[in-house]
Amino acid sequence: MFHSNVIVTLKKSILDPQGKAVEQGIHSLGFDAVSDVRIGKYIEMDIDTNSHEDAERITKEISDKLLANLVMESYSFNTESVKE
Amino acid sequence: MKKAKIGVIVFPGSNCDHDSYYVAETMMKQDARLIWHKDGSIGDVDVVILPGGFSYGDYLRCGAIARFSPVMKDVVRFANNGGLVIGICNGFQVLTEAGLLPGVLLKNKSLLFICKYLHLRVENANTKFTHRCESGEIIEIPIAHGDGNYFTDQDTLKRLEDNQQVVFRYCDRFGNLTDDANPNGSLNNIAGIINEAGNVLGMMPHPERASDPVLKHIDGKKMFESIIQSINPQFQTAENMVSERSV
Repeated sequence: MFHSNVIVTLKKSILDPQGKAVEQGIHSLGFDAVSDVRIGKYIEMDIDTNSHEDAERITKEISDKLLANLVMESYSFNTESVKE
Repeated sequence: MKKAKIGVIVFPGSNCDHDSYYVAETMMKQDARLIWHKDGSIGDVDVVILPGGFSYGDYLRCGAIARFSPVMKDVVRFANNGGLVIGICNGFQVLTEAGLLPGVLLKNKSLLFICKYLHLRVENANTKFTHRCESGEIIEIPIAHGDGNYFTDQDTLKRLEDNQQVVFRYCDRFGNLTDDANPNGSLNNIAGIINEAGNVLGMMPHPERASDPVLKHIDGKKMFESIIQSINPQFQTAENMVSERSV
């Protein structure tokens, strides 16, 4: 069994109004040193396979086809073996 | 007279499906039918409408999960064979997610959900969806969306512009393409685009909400009439429209 964590973020070139709004909140909180706040998505999943390579391939395919829209987003992931 | 067979896809969370059905069936007196998203086939139809709403609760991204609904395989096949497909609002988002139209609809620049009447300029009246309009005509049709900010890469944008694939743009009431008239931050004030083959149209505004005279605005009717006349050239206009009779 493997466990994948996928992080999807808006590409740097895409304006992130949600991140901007949160950044304003952070500044209101008094943390003026903070900038470039961006919002993304975190997705985790279990994958029932014995092969690390398989688990990575599956995660990549799901990310490409469903979890991220590559026109506006990019993603990264981490796949680890877990005890059953 | 031959009736156009108009299929309206119903996803869980669609909420403009009945409005589209009503305009097609009751007002235009065509043969409309609702098609459940789990159906493996769209059946024998001349045109497919992907309606507005919040398919799958807009989870993940608007339209991202709907594109994997069983019926979408057949919609893609239908579109690739030249069948007429129109996606309205959430339907437009589904079409971009399904790869039938380029680009993506980002969150509105203001972060607000915007529901209001606004003006559009018909940029291309030489399509199967808009030929009852004049090129450059200014029409009034409402929008109702939180994610309508059209974005694509510069190469695709140039291609869309060069090929006259931008069908509608947000404008002021005089037809000027100002930033103030752009409700959501869309590139080049884009409100609707068509594919290169000319058989798949996506638009954020809701023509089905501006078709019945009871609602005062009827510019959206021209889209329905254009589509029906593309299928049946004898179609002139919806005679004896129910609402006009009852008003």
